[in-house]
Amino acid sequence: MQQSPLQDMDAPIAEFRAVTKRFGAVVAAEGLDLAIRRGEFLSFLGPSGCGKTTALRMLAGFEEPSEGEVLLDGQRVDGLPAHRRPVNMVFQHYALFPHMGVADNIAYGLRQRRPRPSGAEIARAVDRALETVRLEGYGGRRIWELSGGQQQRVALARAIVNEPKLLLLDEPMAALDRKLRRDMQIELQGLQRSLGITFVLVTHDQEEALSMSDRIVIMRGGRIVQVGSPRDLYDAPRDRYVADFVGKSNFFPGRIEGADGAEARLAVAGGQVIAGRPRRAFSEGQAAVASIRPEQVALLRPGQGVGLPVRVLTGIFLGEHTEYLVRHEDLGEFLAHVPRQAEAAQGRFAPGDEAIAAWPEGAALILGDD
Amino acid sequence: MARRRIGATLLLAPAGLWLLAMLVLPLVVVLVFSFGERGPAGGYAPAFTLANFLNLGSRGAAFRNTLVLAPLGTLACLLIAYPLAYVLAMRVGERWRTVLLVLVIVPFWTSILIRTYAWIFLLGGQGIPKLLGWLGLGQPMLINTPFSVLVGIVYGYLPLMVFPIYVSLERLDKRLLEAADDLGAPPWRSFWQITLPLSLPGVATGCLLVFILLMGEFLIPAMLGGGKVFFVGNALVDLFLQSRNWAFGSAVAMALVVVMLVTVTVYMRLMRRWGGGRDDVALM
Ligand SMILES: Nc1ncnc2c1ncn2[C@@H]1O[C@H](COP(=O)(O)OP(=O)(O)OP(=O)(O)O)[C@@H](O)[C@H]1O
Ligand SMILES: [Mg+2]
Repeated sequence: MQQSPLQDMDAPIAEFRAVTKRFGAVVAAEGLDLAIRRGEFLSFLGPSGCGKTTALRMLAGFEEPSEGEVLLDGQRVDGLPAHRRPVNMVFQHYALFPHMGVADNIAYGLRQRRPRPSGAEIARAVDRALETVRLEGYGGRRIWELSGGQQQRVALARAIVNEPKLLLLDEPMAALDRKLRRDMQIELQGLQRSLGITFVLVTHDQEEALSMSDRIVIMRGGRIVQVGSPRDLYDAPRDRYVADFVGKSNFFPGRIEGADGAEARLAVAGGQVIAGRPRRAFSEGQAAVASIRPEQVALLRPGQGVGLPVRVLTGIFLGEHTEYLVRHEDLGEFLAHVPRQAEAAQGRFAPGDEAIAAWPEGAALILGDD
Repeated sequence: MARRRIGATLLLAPAGLWLLAMLVLPLVVVLVFSFGERGPAGGYAPAFTLANFLNLGSRGAAFRNTLVLAPLGTLACLLIAYPLAYVLAMRVGERWRTVLLVLVIVPFWTSILIRTYAWIFLLGGQGIPKLLGWLGLGQPMLINTPFSVLVGIVYGYLPLMVFPIYVSLERLDKRLLEAADDLGAPPWRSFWQITLPLSLPGVATGCLLVFILLMGEFLIPAMLGGGKVFFVGNALVDLFLQSRNWAFGSAVAMALVVVMLVTVTVYMRLMRRWGGGRDDVALM
């Protein structure tokens, strides 16, 4: 079948179609439906055991789906072994070959090609890959002579040197310290943009997913809960689970008092009512939860505005803002992020201070509670 | 500092004394004996002569047999043990693995003497050759040949080869094989490029172990070689127990020690070179 190049570019690079994977009685992934776009940086995000690695391994060819289809570049690949898929993986603990030097590790994939590229070609590609991961001149080193961060770069170079259609990364930064991880995240993102390779990252670090990805797939118990850009997920989480997983949020459970398409009113503890945007259809009396991001909660001195009277419990300085834990008589404890400028204007709150907590209209989301 | 050194000395003392008593002293005795003479009624008489060493040629056949059949036996063990260890470590599920490992050592539960007797029967005129005769395949002479000795060697020493190889394969990080798969290597290539090189420490250990023990072997050649295929170990038994020429026996023993030292040193050098300077390959 002939396709125009334009159509081709729009077609997904990889797809899950109703994919389910079982290990005996354990359902590791269930009903996955997902199209991975050409050239995007996609992350799988979810708690431990939710099936992220399983999804990735089905793309790599290490696991076969129990049901459904996996497609790479429009072709069904179920049954195709890993070594015949145009996909490469950066393993969580790198899995570098200990009996080979850095250059041989990186050259390994090229040497498996038939016809085999010439020695000079391989050497050139290895040098270029080393340069890409900023390890020029490290080709002659042994693996155990490298730091964790350097090993990580070698693992990356070993994968990208093959110019795969899809680069899979399974928690590649889990073993790095915080600072190094930050640096690597920025580098990885830059690399993805410059190489134009589709990256699929697995992580349970929401910050990592938020800062690097074009789109995030939120998983829970083997299922996909929501797919969207970091902004979408943050601003319009589908349910409480997503809101909780992507960024921090305050949750106030209650019952729906009234709802139309644009607004829902939630009766919460102590006869309080929180109005907000509903994220799905609700019927009266249904249990739901109001979600309000801490940075939308303003803290004011008593008498300086209208809102909920609260008492400040603790304040944690976090650099660009201070995170206050406050307590309202009916609503209980919740968080407020007060930016530096606001603090400069009205002074810091001390534990025990009285304050007024307020949020703008429309800040609250009314979400299903499950 | 000083106290630490005293502590270390105390910790080493039992092993040191043991080595001194069990290894160094006997070796000194043998060395002294090897320059002596046969006593009038056998045994040892003090003297200083090189005659025993000059006479070593008369036991040349024993040295030849040992130096051919010990490496050959080691190789045969290796060729049979590696696939076995591979299947145990890489292909068999957890549950069966233990059962099969036990089966590998079951033969060790009875005495080697009894087990080797079984082979005398099997390889003898009433055993396998007779069976082959019935099948019209001729009636080859199996017992009392280098072949029968090799069979005995493989039978007796296989577990010693299987275990170190099994351990090194078992310890091998299976994710490396996934990485090779991911990078485009079909299974047989990842075996040659990843599995085999990384299991070499086990191979080296197994070979060294079997080879050293084979160099001193005497029971298997005595029983399955029928006095035709004898090792240095058999010459020693003969010299010390039958002809009671302790001085000459000591010279033969010293020569065996030297041969062993040389071959083991050469072996370790080779292994170190092949292992790309990795000590674990040479020393394990
Ligand atoms: N080979 C396997 N055999 C049996 N069960 C498995 C296997 N691989 C995964 N599972 C199960 O499938 C589920 C999903 O596992 P998976 O490794 O995909 O989770 P994950 O999201 O990657 O978790 P983590 O963040 O801890 O790595 C888990 O319950 C796990 O126990
Ligand atoms: Mg995982």
